[in-house]
Amino acid sequence: MWRDAVLVAGKDLRVEVRSRVGINQVIPFAVLVLIVFAFALDSDRATLAAVGPGLFWVTVLFSGLLAIQRSFVIESDDDARDALRLSGLDGGGIFLGKAAAVAAQLVLLEVVLALGVIVLYGVQLRGAAMLLLTCVAATVGLAAAGTVYGVIAAGLRVRDTLLPLLVLPVLAPVLLAAARACEAALAGTPAEGWPWVRMLTVFATIYVTFGVVAFGPLLEEA
Amino acid sequence: MTTKSSPAVRVLGWLSAVTLALTAVMALVVTPGDVNMGDSVRLLYLHVPTAWLAMYVAFGLTTLASALYLWKRTRSRFWDLTAGASAEIGVLFLGLTLLIGSLWGRITWGVWWTWDARLTTTAVLFVLYVGYLAVRKVPASPEVQSRRAAIVAIAAFLDVPIVHYAVEWWRTLHQDASLGSPQRVLDPQITGTMAWTLLLGVVAFTLLYCWLMAHRFRLAWMEDRLADRAMQIAIEERRAEAEVAAS
Repeated sequence: MWRDAVLVAGKDLRVEVRSRVGINQVIPFAVLVLIVFAFALDSDRATLAAVGPGLFWVTVLFSGLLAIQRSFVIESDDDARDALRLSGLDGGGIFLGKAAAVAAQLVLLEVVLALGVIVLYGVQLRGAAMLLLTCVAATVGLAAAGTVYGVIAAGLRVRDTLLPLLVLPVLAPVLLAAARACEAALAGTPAEGWPWVRMLTVFATIYVTFGVVAFGPLLEEA
Repeated sequence: MTTKSSPAVRVLGWLSAVTLALTAVMALVVTPGDVNMGDSVRLLYLHVPTAWLAMYVAFGLTTLASALYLWKRTRSRFWDLTAGASAEIGVLFLGLTLLIGSLWGRITWGVWWTWDARLTTTAVLFVLYVGYLAVRKVPASPEVQSRRAAIVAIAAFLDVPIVHYAVEWWRTLHQDASLGSPQRVLDPQITGTMAWTLLLGVVAFTLLYCWLMAHRFRLAWMEDRLADRAMQIAIEERRAEAEVAAS
């Protein structure tokens, strides 16, 4: 399973590196969202710094949706999905591989957005350990749940509209928990943040497990 | 199963109509207004039963039926149709719960909506099951459609406790709860005719649910059979065409 996961993740990341859709479109989109938020709220730095963590995670969520969709669009071109099904790779392995590739892109996205939030919103970084743990747990959760729903919506004509409807309510707790944990870390009150980090870990564990079990059958019929 | 409802279902329909009428009389005429809330308390005789019906009965059955569908030994079209029918009714009644709750909130709290833990959880639950219904409507071969829907139902169910705890913490870790939950306001004063009316409401809506379920399921089952028939007819027509061409 692990070997299969590495193979699939390597393939997905190679496709992304060569096509540069992530770098040329998704990341600029994410930065654009940050700027649009500033237009909508106020250019007042104090306001933006206060709501920074929330806006950061909303942006990650929306841009992450694009990454998830992209992860399955590359499978529908040239019927690559059929090849994947016929490859004899373990279903759980394919899931872990695809989720890992999405997670890697999300990490890159988060680094860029973090810089954006620091530069544009004037957020002061504090509590690095908690911020790091929050990002890791939230990224794993987003990638796992997103991949599960991505494969459900993949191959459908309505996938572009169906995926957000399915995924956003499911990811609501991740958004909530990650934003609160980051707020706590930035405010210098880490004690308030740890329950949220724990919740993110639980969420990630549940959806990774669910994905490993359910992905095989889901891919069969996508 | 016939195309007409059975006598048992018709009796069920009448029973639910009678109990609903009784609930209305009890709620509007017999019970007194509340000391604090006045007449707006009467909305709760609808609010609590619809919430109970949607969240526990309807979505509970959807989850159970989906799990039974996914389990190979009990896999049958029956469970898939049950899950879908129950979720539809659940979404309808959860929508009513939110609507009635909103009206009540406007009168009692002065706002249509507040980000109370319970309200937020309910709203997310509503959207989750709307998504489930959307998945059911996506065309695919029947078996694919059923299995996909069942997995989405289970995944939604997994999310419910997480959402519940997340919003509960959200409200309690930081801000002080400015408004008590409806339950806290209601609980101490609920005795006598008010309690009985509430109980009657729950019974009436449960009967209504059973009746709606019987009809919705029968409809789904007939649609299913119609699709099968149409397919059969189409196949026979093609065969006949082939024979004509061959001769």
